Amino acid sequence: MGLIASIGMPEIVAGIMVLALNAYVLMGGADFGGGVWDLLALGPRREAQRALIASSIAPVWEANHVWLIVSVVMLFTAFPVAFSTLGIVLHIPISIMLIGIVLRGSAFVFRSYGAGVGPARRRWSLAFAGASILTPLTLGIIIGTIATGDVGSAAGEVGAESFARVFVWPWLAPFPIAVGCFALALFAFLAAVYLAVDAATAPNTPGHETVDDDSARTRAELADDFRRRALIMAALVFVAAAVALALSRAAAPRLSARVAGAPWSVALHVCTAIAAITAIVALWRRRYRAARLAAIVQVSCILWGWAFAQYPFIIPMTLTIRQASAPAVTLTLLLCGLAAGAVILIPSLRYLLRTFHGADDSMTS
Amino acid sequence: MTNLLAARTQMALSLGFHIIFAEIGIAMPVLMVLAEWRWRRSGGLDDEYLQLAKRWAKGSAILFAVGAVSGTVLSFELGLLWPGFMQFAGPIVGMPFSLEGFAFFTEAIFLGVYLYAWGRISPTAHLAAGVIVAVSGAASAVFVVMVNAWMNSPTGLLMSGGRITHIDPIAGMLNPSTLQQALHMLLASYAATGLAVAGIHAAMLLRRRDAMFHRHALGLALLVGAPAAVLQPLSGDLSARTVAVWQPVKLAALEGQFDTEQGAPLRIGGWPDVAARQTKYALEIPHGLSLLAFHDWNAEVRGLMAFDPNDWPPVAPVHVGFQIMVALGTLMALVSLWAGWVALRGRRFAEHTALLRALAIVTPFGFIATEAGWTVTEVGRQPWVVQGILRTSDAVTPMPGLVVPMIVFALLYVGLSAIVGATIAGLVRETR
Repeated sequence: MGLIASIGMPEIVAGIMVLALNAYVLMGGADFGGGVWDLLALGPRREAQRALIASSIAPVWEANHVWLIVSVVMLFTAFPVAFSTLGIVLHIPISIMLIGIVLRGSAFVFRSYGAGVGPARRRWSLAFAGASILTPLTLGIIIGTIATGDVGSAAGEVGAESFARVFVWPWLAPFPIAVGCFALALFAFLAAVYLAVDAATAPNTPGHETVDDDSARTRAELADDFRRRALIMAALVFVAAAVALALSRAAAPRLSARVAGAPWSVALHVCTAIAAITAIVALWRRRYRAARLAAIVQVSCILWGWAFAQYPFIIPMTLTIRQASAPAVTLTLLLCGLAAGAVILIPSLRYLLRTFHGADDSMTS
Repeated sequence: MTNLLAARTQMALSLGFHIIFAEIGIAMPVLMVLAEWRWRRSGGLDDEYLQLAKRWAKGSAILFAVGAVSGTVLSFELGLLWPGFMQFAGPIVGMPFSLEGFAFFTEAIFLGVYLYAWGRISPTAHLAAGVIVAVSGAASAVFVVMVNAWMNSPTGLLMSGGRITHIDPIAGMLNPSTLQQALHMLLASYAATGLAVAGIHAAMLLRRRDAMFHRHALGLALLVGAPAAVLQPLSGDLSARTVAVWQPVKLAALEGQFDTEQGAPLRIGGWPDVAARQTKYALEIPHGLSLLAFHDWNAEVRGLMAFDPNDWPPVAPVHVGFQIMVALGTLMALVSLWAGWVALRGRRFAEHTALLRALAIVTPFGFIATEAGWTVTEVGRQPWVVQGILRTSDAVTPMPGLVVPMIVFALLYVGLSAIVGATIAGLVRETR
């Protein structure tokens, strides 16, 4: 297979970069999804839902967020030309995403530690939730635009063409927006599944530390709330995927052809489909941990499908991974650094997740 | 406003905003860990120390989060505003940035553990988590400063015809400014944060002398801030001598030295009149600059006029920024020495009204000095983004209309500053 024969250091680094992005989507993405459910908290257990979301996100969101920084740093270290091209052409959506990141993080801590109750708290909730929608949407738009191949052609027209044609129309188009909605749906789906697990396994539901029976019932009800949401999202994910795929035929013909026809793509499609169905069945039967695993596989398959469809391009049709690659010495050092970092990081992350696995908020003053 | 100026302003605002939170993120974990450690050493009896650790942790959680998100903005802004720089320097400066990424990762993980795992893990594990946060915070500062040091004294690359032909990222990391700048930044973090915290608690003590909570807090904050503030002038001397060798134009600008002369004077204050090519109204200490910069009474100091005016930085902000940094740093060192003297004589800080007042006044000095110092090093390097190799104007993005994102981000930072200020003030008020 040509794919395997052509793998060298740049491809390995690019693969690790996608892995970091994958981790960001699974962890950071779900934190954004949590913000969506904060906004859509409904029904008699509305406050319990919000409390569960806050306690699930609080200890881990900053660590989860670092995956994005790792991906970006890898991009500009190993593929500096790609980074600067994206920075130029996608200046506007990236800036919007950054504003979303800043607002989400700060609104969340202001709400947690600032003014206790009242209108201020509600305002922060709104900012937190709004930013949690804006950020995945723009992240998806950015990825969608890269996939179309319009970034590369726009970069060639910088200075010569009208502003909107280079800096606006490539990303403000149906396909990138569809990918943005798809990303938002995926993150909300992941979050609902994770929250169902957290609700089902939490030793004490925040705000409901009453008699054990009572608490167990509330937990089951809360888990059911998120189960319902996860099932609805599973359907919406399917719709969003169908729309994006349909639009991709015209907007990103090469990507579309690769997703439909390449030999690896069949295997990936099968994996995605099995994972998606497993997630739905497991949710239906309230096997939340199995549903979580299936959702993780499903979302990862979709991300890797995009990565493989683009291969060997890092910016489709203009810049391949090879062409964008930094000198070998940089890649070697980067791989050494990543290996050393992983030795520290993986046990630390496991420790973090173990400490807070399905746990309540113990920060009291 | 030109595109270049808009980009520089946005970058300056972003860095100027982030650096405060970064400093606090470096030093606050040390304070939290010290408080928790004192509580444990008292056998868990001195509850005030535990309350203090938790209070400080609460404040740090907010400041750390804002620091984390504003740092993310910066990592993207490198490409949004300076694609030319990143395309050129990414393969070299990417290495310290990657290491910083891991240090920051460790910091974020264990901060989560520290903040939310009280009572969930063993006391030793909890304290250890705090120590890891403090160490990784310092490490990430060192890695980031390495990048800036490289921009000031770029090593580890061979060039021919304007293109890089060979790079050595390790040599780039260990450039001649790294050690001095990293030391200066770390000391600045401990001094600024330590004395700011000390100042807040000193102000509270002026209202109520008997509050054990604030007495404990003041003692620990001075323990962190005062030694750093006393050492900082020495580290500044080290930095200045490196600048004298590697960035003589920057040295001339920050001293307001237009003429090349032997036995150059040290100018205190004054206003550099670029048109007249002289610094007016300064107090001049004969031979002072030669002595400080080269440790030689009669050393020759090259003035700005020895260089092409196209390579001059804006002289006035650099000179004035330097004066502000040195003046505030000196005052901080003096107040710290005073506090040390009071401690040595066995007197309690809380009973020394004059010292408490001085500490309360000094509260913001460290952060103002940091902003001034950062202005000196960044504006002082202009018109270069990489000293002598890449001009800032060649690094800026070709996207027109940069004034719009600049205003948007400026408003964002102004709003956030106000909210953070109000939130922290609220937390402080609760301890009355």
